[in-house]
Amino acid sequence: MNAALLQQDVPLNWYLLLSAALFCLGVIGFLIKRNLITVFMSIELMLNAVNLSFVTFAHQWGAVKGQIFVFFVMMVAAAEAAVGLAIIIAVFRARATLAVDRIDLMKL
Amino acid sequence: MHLILFLIFAVFCLAGAVNLLLQSHPINSALSLIVVMTSLAVLYLLLGAEFLAAAQVIVYAGAIMVLFTFVVMLLNAGREEQTRGSIAAKTVGFPAVVAILAVLASVILKAQGLGTASLVNGITSTVEVSKVLFTDLLLPFEVTSVLVLIAILGAVALASRGNGDQGRTVSK
Repeated sequence: MNAALLQQDVPLNWYLLLSAALFCLGVIGFLIKRNLITVFMSIELMLNAVNLSFVTFAHQWGAVKGQIFVFFVMMVAAAEAAVGLAIIIAVFRARATLAVDRIDLMKL
Repeated sequence: MHLILFLIFAVFCLAGAVNLLLQSHPINSALSLIVVMTSLAVLYLLLGAEFLAAAQVIVYAGAIMVLFTFVVMLLNAGREEQTRGSIAAKTVGFPAVVAILAVLASVILKAQGLGTASLVNGITSTVEVSKVLFTDLLLPFEVTSVLVLIAILGAVALASRGNGDQGRTVSK
């Protein structure tokens, strides 16, 4: 491995491409997964992908507020995960299943 | 060095995300999501976001994923059943995903004026982040703390209601 490879910088486009790829994998997971918890995990994956874009642009413009926005997204994601998983527990108590195909009515 | 670290952890990220889709047991999906989130923390560090890298490990890979694995074990979630899936997902969803990825990739690849990231420049210290967070953005920060408090109350109310009803019917 030569020294030029060690010194080389990474274009920020690559970070953005990685972010877009992760986001699309999250969307695909949302579409193909049949378990309520895994569907929820795919949403978390999409949130993480968008966070990577935020951090990349914060690095590009030298803006601290971009990073702070990611911090707020993390806080909201934590709140969302707590409430979402509580809802999943409540749904499981009412239906005794986690398959999204069988949870298709709002009323019990 | 930056290039090598980026490639290693980008591959980890993508492999974890693909593994999340391929695994049929939720606990395997949760573990691959932890791999994705920890690799993302390293990428944040490469982009100079020290505080966010630590917060990513603690909040996402730590707290949120512990919550996920806890719920998976609590509900005894087994392998997911294979169904045909919805027609809307096949006819609209997957073409839309491909279209979104194509549009995003073409825009990103055509973008001019984006810089490069190296190991030495552009490191944002926690001091800079907290100076802005606790002066300019103090109100949003406090509102977030109220939001988290409400979320805790909501989670407790949602998760404990069924149990309470059950207890009442049993005591009758």
